Amino acid sequence: MTLNDIKGILNAQVLTGEQFLDRKVSSAFGSDLMSDVLAFVDNSSVLLTGLTNPQVIRTAEMIDLFAIIFVRGKRPSDEIIKMGQRNNITILMTDYTLYTSCGKLYENGLKGIEFEKGVMT
Amino acid sequence: MNKKDDTIKLEYDIIQNDFVRAGEASSNVKKILKQLGIDSKIIRRVAIVTYEAEMNIVIHSYGGKLLVEISSKKIEITAKDNGPGIEDIEKAMQEGFSTASNEIRELGFGAGMGLPNMKKCSDVLKIDSEKGKGTTVYMEIFMKSNQN
Ligand SMILES: Nc1ncnc2c1ncn2[C@@H]1O[C@H](COP(=O)(O)OP(=O)(O)OP(=O)(O)O)[C@@H](O)[C@H]1O
Ligand SMILES: [Mg+2]
Repeated sequence: MTLNDIKGILNAQVLTGEQFLDRKVSSAFGSDLMSDVLAFVDNSSVLLTGLTNPQVIRTAEMIDLFAIIFVRGKRPSDEIIKMGQRNNITILMTDYTLYTSCGKLYENGLKGIEFEKGVMT
Repeated sequence: MNKKDDTIKLEYDIIQNDFVRAGEASSNVKKILKQLGIDSKIIRRVAIVTYEAEMNIVIHSYGGKLLVEISSKKIEITAKDNGPGIEDIEKAMQEGFSTASNEIRELGFGAGMGLPNMKKCSDVLKIDSEKGKGTTVYMEIFMKSNQN
């Protein structure tokens, strides 16, 4: 699935990183807990979150995520969008809630991350 | 940046409760490691531990320093703060243990996963802490996967 597919499925707005919409996503992770994101998400996964603070971008930057989806129509500040832009991260925004967004992506074939308890990738 | 005997030393001041700049030090470390051409798996591990350590100083301490030493054999990370110290280190190391406030949780921290993440991602982890004095978290990440 590409970011462009996700944009369509979630009826999402592209806030930055339009030029990377053909990037392929292997799985998705929905969370508002940054340490969990750091622990479990690999760099071909997309992050769905209801948080819109600078630490979300920082966290994504640390593990080389290339896409973040902000749910529930929460628009991040321009400063956050710029941070994303500087890091070549595509930022999408959808009006769907976290649960509904994840459900729609799953339904369309995008699986969750594989997680083995206690094992780091 | 300080270059001496092939060791690169980086030092950053980390300020308590500064959520605007929080993460900048780790971001800078990551950029330098990339420029040095370090293996991406190692960079990922260093990025995770420096960021978790930096955020712990911002969130839980009165402020401190992040020190990173890069040599051909390993990367050493020291996160040193001026208090208040950790009362029970064993407890703090448990997954899910957190004393973070609700405000901090609303920012996405306080899962109690930071120290466990640091342990998983480092080859050596030592925590020295004294209630009322401060905490030093020392970590080493070996370059081994770069060498073979
Ligand atoms: N530098 C520090 N100074 C004082 N207390 C600390 C420090 N670092 C960690 N602690 C204590 O250890 C607990 C566990 O830390 P840990 O990083 O594992 O989780 P957290 O910071 O609470 O949440 P998370 O890292 O998942 O966002 C903290 O809640 C805090 O009580
Ligand atoms: Mg922490």
